[in-house]
Amino acid sequence: MAPDIHPFTLLLASIFTSNILLANFLGMCSFISISKDMTSSNGLGMAVTGVLTITGMINWVVLKYVLVPLDLLYLRFIVFIVVIAATVQVLEMVIDRISPTLYMALGIFLPLITVNCAILGVSLFMEIRNYTFIQTTFFSLGSGLGWWMAIMALSAIQKKIANAPVPAGLKGPGITLITIGFMAMAFIGFSGMLIVQ
Amino acid sequence: MNKSLLKENLWDNNPVFVQILGICSTLAVTNNLTNTFIMTLSVIFVAALTNVTVSLMKEYIPRKVRMIVQTLIISFFVIIVDILLRAYLPDISKALGPYVGLIITNCIIMGRAEAFAQSNTPWPSFLDGVTSGLGYMWVLMVLAFFRELLGFGTLFGFQVLGSGFTPWTIMVMAPSAFFLLGGLIWAVKTIMTMNELRQCACNDSTTKK
Repeated sequence: MAPDIHPFTLLLASIFTSNILLANFLGMCSFISISKDMTSSNGLGMAVTGVLTITGMINWVVLKYVLVPLDLLYLRFIVFIVVIAATVQVLEMVIDRISPTLYMALGIFLPLITVNCAILGVSLFMEIRNYTFIQTTFFSLGSGLGWWMAIMALSAIQKKIANAPVPAGLKGPGITLITIGFMAMAFIGFSGMLIVQ
Repeated sequence: MNKSLLKENLWDNNPVFVQILGICSTLAVTNNLTNTFIMTLSVIFVAALTNVTVSLMKEYIPRKVRMIVQTLIISFFVIIVDILLRAYLPDISKALGPYVGLIITNCIIMGRAEAFAQSNTPWPSFLDGVTSGLGYMWVLMVLAFFRELLGFGTLFGFQVLGSGFTPWTIMVMAPSAFFLLGGLIWAVKTIMTMNELRQCACNDSTTKK
């Protein structure tokens, strides 16, 4: 029994009101270390969105047609992570073959993505919330786009912070976290628009 | 040696302050002390046993596939944690939701397996896993203490602030976790630099004598 939410609502909700990073804290590690540079942020955001959408869909199929019928639900963590690692590997090879320029831009980020919590997080949310295939697709895409938007916004803000007089102890991760806090507060403002979970 | 490892992992090289590692999976549950405690306890369990396993198996794992093998070892222990929580603490297991599974992608565990267990024997690796986990635990418990106290007026679910207390709604929501962690890092970094300055000053005065 899937929740009765229109996929498009789910897409908007996962971008704005329940942003995977600002509301659910997922994908923080690479977020903080990469966000210093806008070009790499863009590359990583793109890679995360792509991988997130693809693995979300594959994991849904695996869950519904392999794990549930065989009653192997307790193995889902291992299966999900293996699917993610394999997808990243295949994607890396495919991109390398098709477009070397894209590979140059995204290649270094792909291995990082396997250990990005947001990817596994979306698959686990999808399982817990019982989404249908269409809902999962839109939810994964929206989460990826939301993450991408958040990292771009943060890296732009960090450019400004670099020239600001920040107290010595607060420099680096401290001020970054507080900035993310303000961003999260701003995104809470969206929550009146849509009510999902 | 064990004492220095403890100090190293709890303070000098604390995974949360120095490297901002592994906060993804746990920050979300820090508005409640009980959940944070169970969650960080699970992280300690997984970190310690993963370190021991990796250390025991390090000669048999080809270097090229070691990352995926480490991930599988971590997943194995996380599944054990998940099953145990479901069986003995079903309410907490429900409240934690997907975050138990996300221990797999906690960078601290992978980081310690890679940086310490790969080149050490099982017993020190075990201690390293436990102490890194403890370093992680105390930081998140501090966060959870403030968030639960100010957000709900309770500690571990017991009412501590009187009925006249107005809960701070912001403390229950996501932004407060970022603000508190940022502030905590600020405080700790300031103390660290002050200690360093004091040490330098002491060294200077002793050499002068």
